[in-house]
This record gives sequence, structure tokens and C-alpha cells, in this order.
Amino acid sequence: MSRQYETVIGLEVHVELATSTKIFCGCSTAFGGAPNTHTCPVCTGMPGSLPVLNRQVVEYALAVGLAANCQINRQCRFDRKNYFYPDNPQNYQISQLYLPVCYDGWVEIETAGGRKKIGIHEIHMEEDAGKLIHDEWEDCSLVDFNRSGVPLIEIVSEPDMRSGEEVIAYLDKLRMMIQYLGASDCKLQEGSMRADVNLSVREAGSTRMGTRTEMKNLNSFKAIARAIEGERKRQIELIEEGKEVVQETRRWDDNKECSYAMRSKEDAQDYRYFPDPDLTPVVISDQWIKEIKDRQPEMQPEKIIRYQKEFGLPEYDARILTGSKHMADIFEETVAICEKPKEASNWLMVEAMRLLKELEQDPEDMAFSPGNLAGLINLVDKGVINRTTAKNVFEEIFVHDTDPEAYVEERGLKMVSDEGALQKAAREVLEANPQSVADYRSGKEKAMGFLVGQTMRLMKGKADPGLVNKIVKDLLTNRLS
Amino acid sequence: MNILELSALELGRKIKAGEVTAVEAVKASLEQIKQKEPDIHAYVTVDEEGAVERAREVQSRIADGTLKGPLAGVPAAIKDNLCTRGLRTTCSSRMLYNFVPSYTAEAVVNLEKAGVVILGKTNMDEFAMGSTTETSAFGVTRNPWNTDHVPGGSSGGSCAAVAADECFFALGSDTGGSIRQPSSFCGVTGIKPTYGTVSRYGLIAYGSSLDQVGPVGKNVSDCAAVLETVSSYDNKDSTSISRNDLDFTSALVEDVKGMKIGIPGDYMGEGLDEEVKTAVLEGVRMLRERGAVVEEFDLSLVEYAIPAYYVIASAEASSNLSRFDGVKYGLRAQEYEGLHQMYKKSRSEGFGPEVKRRIMLGAFVLSSGYYDAYYLKALRTKALIKQAFDKAFARYDVILGPVAPTTAPKLGESLKDPLKMYLGDIYTISVNLAGLPAMSVPCGLDGKGLPIGLQLIGDCFQEKKIIRAAYTLEKTREGR
Repeated sequence: MSRQYETVIGLEVHVELATSTKIFCGCSTAFGGAPNTHTCPVCTGMPGSLPVLNRQVVEYALAVGLAANCQINRQCRFDRKNYFYPDNPQNYQISQLYLPVCYDGWVEIETAGGRKKIGIHEIHMEEDAGKLIHDEWEDCSLVDFNRSGVPLIEIVSEPDMRSGEEVIAYLDKLRMMIQYLGASDCKLQEGSMRADVNLSVREAGSTRMGTRTEMKNLNSFKAIARAIEGERKRQIELIEEGKEVVQETRRWDDNKECSYAMRSKEDAQDYRYFPDPDLTPVVISDQWIKEIKDRQPEMQPEKIIRYQKEFGLPEYDARILTGSKHMADIFEETVAICEKPKEASNWLMVEAMRLLKELEQDPEDMAFSPGNLAGLINLVDKGVINRTTAKNVFEEIFVHDTDPEAYVEERGLKMVSDEGALQKAAREVLEANPQSVADYRSGKEKAMGFLVGQTMRLMKGKADPGLVNKIVKDLLTNRLS
Repeated sequence: MNILELSALELGRKIKAGEVTAVEAVKASLEQIKQKEPDIHAYVTVDEEGAVERAREVQSRIADGTLKGPLAGVPAAIKDNLCTRGLRTTCSSRMLYNFVPSYTAEAVVNLEKAGVVILGKTNMDEFAMGSTTETSAFGVTRNPWNTDHVPGGSSGGSCAAVAADECFFALGSDTGGSIRQPSSFCGVTGIKPTYGTVSRYGLIAYGSSLDQVGPVGKNVSDCAAVLETVSSYDNKDSTSISRNDLDFTSALVEDVKGMKIGIPGDYMGEGLDEEVKTAVLEGVRMLRERGAVVEEFDLSLVEYAIPAYYVIASAEASSNLSRFDGVKYGLRAQEYEGLHQMYKKSRSEGFGPEVKRRIMLGAFVLSSGYYDAYYLKALRTKALIKQAFDKAFARYDVILGPVAPTTAPKLGESLKDPLKMYLGDIYTISVNLAGLPAMSVPCGLDGKGLPIGLQLIGDCFQEKKIIRAAYTLEKTREGR
């Protein structure tokens, strides 16, 4: 390949907002209800029903827009996007085309290549559709409208990204920002965050945009990275072969690691957008914007600085802890109770991260109470349990949110520091392992570790390890007789 | 005493006084319906059992003093585009031939709270698209004054039912004249209130930005009382307006002294039937006699109202009616292969020609490349029309004119030429574009004995002025 190419990428990111009710009616947005139980005449498109805007949706959209340095349309409006599909009960989606709530913003990302601003073209509010279930046995389709009317924002970026790495950094940034704002939990797998990738390639140095394609069905960061690489290659190959890239929407199949065309520009639908006459324009006052600005929480960059100053944590640790708002919340609440930031940080960074990886969970899934972690830290600090026991208790807390004090009490896990008992155990071990004793005495110091381990084992792990170490050594060197 | 000859308010008073019971009133209405329906066909659905049962319940609540309003126990009819829980609501379309709503429209809920007894649902032009009630999928309604003639539309069933004493009052809806024009043709009184006064929740939408629910009654007093009852601020309708001046019956005053009334020159010019003109001018003469100051003025832009209206209403309708697809309720074609065909066949079979014409027109004006030239231009025209009215209302309390250029045409005459039918809406349509209140009151008969209506238009929220003028005219005419 003689020519050099540049990849140009823009993203359309849909985020499901964390409101308790739907965007245009009072139905619950809770996940997992029986089909069509979270519905009413409005979200099932019954004749004569009318939408009424949920104020919280605008507040979340504004919060995200302000955090992304956007301009605010002081009079935004909803438009109808007309298309027929059975998951869309009115056969139009209420969205925003002409006057979206936010526009013209940016977020900063950081990659190996340094810092970079990614432009936000606009953020608009809209309603989600229902879900179609195809019953292969009965050869029919069923519709569940529980999701119909769940509020979404669509964040449309400028075509400012040049690599998969930048795209992932951008998505990470958005996700973190939105989670910090409490506007959404942003789970890709569960669909509360969805990204469509618009990608084109052009010869390096060219200022003209190449023909772009839009890629859909990207359910994880990994899938997005793979889809970008796959589509980049596909477009370059077409160009190298002298063929043309067709403007079209493509569906990514992550199992087969390839995409196929869904529809081309020619059969793109005319959505016949027009202002929804059932909804009045949303007037956004200075006062409202100020209220939302005043309520904006401390975001990650400020937290990282504060953790270093206030808790004396290294920057690296502060970055990891604040990588998830939920993790940072647990950290701060734990510290507020036990006042031991370094300990709290250690448990979260080492043990919690290990367990998350093992259990294939996100930090947002952590469900234990900070009080229990603080309790554990105090037990260790007071020498009630040793570190080995503490690790086990932490797992118990992590999985079952167990009260550590009651658990230690119940299971009799308190550390044994009774010298008499420990000596008795150590003597038993030495007697049972004359070879190891001989080994040690002939200079193989490693043998002592084995004997200490055996003693700990005999004490069911509850012994004070420092004390056991001392006793075994004293016995071996005949300081004790 | 013939119960049927009473007005709604008179009946309400007699029920309260114990001279008539709600059950007797309902039975009298149902008997009249039986007598008249073979000729008139004002109703799509009559809820005989439900009405009698409801009358009993209302009567006991009147007796124990929990229902005190002026309309308690009064039987009424509801246009079939207002949802009624458990009672079939069809919009006179095959598309909704079997649709039974799960909820009741807010305007009807307000009537129910006042103790009104619903007799049934009245016939209309399919989805309120038409001016004659001939586009109904369930057969035409005939004008009670002469059954060879149409009752007007689209609230033709409601107006004919009131005119034929098949109910004591009715609710209609008005998107471009659909209450006023059939009221005029049937010799009854109808009000289209200021946009936002009556909740649209549960009104099956035609042109959402123009639709308003309003009363049809035997006289001005009944209309004012019914409007007072159905009006409310409703947080389920984002376009609903909170008003504290809904005491419309307080305007039932026989006094127009010094009232400034303007007549748009274009409303009395070319295209207006001579007999209609004469009757309207007779009404003007009476109002002048009572002290009103009447003069002609140039409203301007009158000729642009019809194209602007048909663009906006059709655009909104094309989107509003897309929910009727055979998936969730209503008609689904019997045989089809695949989703696309199900849509196509269900909608082809479910909608009549006038509805299809407007859906196509609406889809066209919204399509990309035409949006600016048609839809946006129509919206700008709408804004200019509103400005023209604002200018006029700086000088006049009320604007007066005919409701329609002619009296009720014969059955079958109008549909042959839809364009001509559209032109018949010329005096009523701009009122909806500007969101104004307006009413139709009887002002005479033509040579064939068909009624003629006079239209009174008020500025936004000035229903009381037009009610006062209408009441004065009505009393003056009664006095002759």
C-alpha cells in the first residue's frame, strides 16, 4: 500500500436517561416489568392521547450539555419524525430536529497522542421505541411498549476523531461525565448507551471528506474498536481497487467480525419532520440554567486533584478511584466513617478491582455499603483480625454486603495472639516435621516458611502472623526450650 | 309538558325542582331517537342501556344533593371523535369500526362530573374531514329541516341531533368550521372557543394546532352553560390554557350598547348567496337597533386562509392518522403477506377517499424539498392572518359575518367537487388559524325554509363578548 490514509470518525451516541418516569407520560421506566405493564394511552399511541413533557428530561439534557460546554437553545422545540414501524406506536417518533436543546460544544479527551478537543454538534431529546418479539413457533410478532417513551438524549459529535483509540477515549469521557451527573448509568451491554459510528477515509493531507458509512449494532467498546478497524480496511480496499464507497447504513456483526449493508442513501426514508403541534416550545431561562449549573456535581478532574491534596493519595490511585462515580462515592463514604483513606483506597484498588475482574462486573455493580468496608478497616487496624482473614471477610462483604463484626464474631475469626496456644501449636508442627527442622538448622532458611505456614494452618489462619513467626524462629534457634 | 321542547337549562331546572326525573328525560330522548333516526341518522352508536342506568344513578345523586349543577340529569350526545371509555368511538371510519377506548376524553369527563347523561355518539365526516357528514363510513346524516339536504359537517350528527330534539345538547369539534357551519345549516347554536380553552385530551386529532371541542345547543344560554362546564385547564394537554374567566353564563346579558362590531368587506362580497346576505344584514340591523356600532372594514388576506388551512391541517393529519395501521386497534386487513402489505391493505381498506386525499396532500407538503415552499409558507401565512385579526380587534369588540356562503346543499352535490367544498369554509377557517373564539347563531331562513347562521368572532379569550352579542340578537329575534 503506497498511499497513506486518514480515518475520519463522528459518533451519534444515544443515552437512556435515569428518570423514574417516561418522557411524555407518568409511566415507570423501570426495567423488567411484564410486557405492556408500564404503559398508558400516551405511550401506546392510543387515539386522542397527548404528550406532556417530563421536566427532569430537560434538566438532565441541560446538565449534560453544560458539562459538554454546549450552547443552549433558549427556545427549543420538539419535532415529529414520521416513519412506520410496529415498535413505534404513533408511527412517528417525537424528537428534535430544527431546534435541539444543546448545540456547539466540546469535550476533551486524552490518548497516547496527547489531549484533544472533540466537538459536539448537538444534543437532542427524544423518546425510545417499544420492543418487538418475534415468535418463531407461532409465526407472529408481539410488541412490548414498556420501553416506548423512555427518555433518550442523542449526542452528535463533529467528525473530529481519527482512530479507534480516540473514539474509545471519547466514549469513556462521555460515559464518565454522564455517570457523574447521574443522568444515566450508561451501560453499553444493556443498551442504556448506544453508539453509531460514522466513518470515512481520505488520503492523508486531503481536506475533502470521503464518502461516509454509518455503522450500527455496536454493543461494547471492543465491538466498536473492531468495527472501526474493519470498516476502515474495507473502505481503503475499495478505494485501492478503484471502486467507490457507497453512502449507506451498515450493521456490524461482532461474531463474524464483518459488517453488511442495511440500506443505502437512495432508499433512505423521508421522515417528513415537522414541529409537533401537541407540544409547546420549551423556554429555558437564565435562572433555570443557573440552577442546573449550581447543582452540577464535582467531576473527575476536580476529584483527582482533591484526593491528592486532601487524602495524600498518588495521582494514579486517585484516577482509578474516580474512574467510576460509584467507586468514588463508596470511597468517600468509607473514608467519612473510618477516616483511613489509604486503607480504603487499597481495598478498592486491589481487592475490589480483582473481584470485579473475576466476576466480570462493572464498578457500577458494586452493591456493598461503605459502612461495612469501614468496619473491616477498623477490625484490621485494631488487630482483631489478621490480613488473611480480612481478605476473606472483604470477599464476603463484596458479594453479600455482610456486617464484618458480626461475621467475625459468628465464625470465630478473631486473631489468636495467645502465646501459650501458639507455642503449643508450633511445637506440634516442629515435632511432626523433623526433616524441615533439620533442614533449617543445616542452613536452609526457607524451611522456616513452611513451618510457619503449617502453624498458621493448624490455627486455621487466625493466628497473629508476626507472633507465629517469632515463636517458630525462637523454637528453631532453641531460644525457647 | 313536552320534555323534548325544553332547552337544556330549562330541563335541568325542572329536574332539580322534581318536576321531571333524569330517567324520564332520557327515556323521552331515546323514544325521539327511535322515531327520528330512520330519517335523520344523527347517531353512530346509541347507548340505550348505559344511558338509562346512568340516569338512575344521576337522579339519586340529585336527590341526595350531591349533584347540583344546571346540567345535572340532562341527556346529551357526543361527537364520535371524543373517546368514551367502554363505548365504541369510530370517528365515523371503517378504520375504527370496532375501537372501544380505555379512557374518556377530558371534555366528556367534565360533563360526567356535572351529571350529564350521555345518550350516544354522533355521526361525522370521517375523521372530521369534510363539510357535509357525507364522508362518514356509516352512512350520511340528513338535515332535520329537509332530509334531501346535508346537515353540514363535520359535526353534522351533533347538530342534526340537537335540531331534531334527539338530545338536549351535543359536543362537537371545530378544526375549520366543523361546529359553526353545521350549526348554521341545522338552525342551532354552536361555539368554537379560544384554542386551549377546552382540553383536547381524548379528542382524536385531525389538525392538532386547530382542533377545539365546543358545544352545540338549542340556544345561546345552553351553549354558554355547556362551554362553562367543559372548559378546564388540563395538565394532560400541553396546549391547555389556565383561565380564570370561564364563567361564560355571566355574559348572558341583553346589551350591546356601544359595542363596536366590524364586518370584513370580503365576507359580504362575491360568492355569498343573496338570501344569506339578506338574513345576516337583518341580524346586523337588529344589533344596530340595540345600540351596537357596526361598520365594514378590510380584514385582508381572506383569500389566503383556505390554502394555508388545507396545507397545515392536512400536514398534521397525515402524521396524526399514521397511528391507524392495523397493529394495535381498529381494522386490520384479513389477508396480507408481511408487515408492509398489512399496513398498506389495512389503511387502503380502512380510510375513505377524502381522508386518503388529505393524508396524501399532507405527506406531500411535508416531504423534503417541499417543506419550505408549502408548510413553512402556510405557517407564515397563519401568523399574518393572526396579525390581521389583532389589528382588527384593536378597533372592534366583535367581528361579524356569515358562517357559510350558502344554506345546506342537497345530498350528493358537494362531494362531486372537493375544491368547491373547500371554498365553502372561507368564512370559518381563518378563525381556527388565528385560534380565536367564534360562534354561529340562527338569523333567519332562506326561501326553501333552510336555516341561515350568523357568525360572531371574538378576540382570544373574549368569548363573553360574542356570547353577549349572540344573546342580544337571539332575544331581539324572539321578541318579533
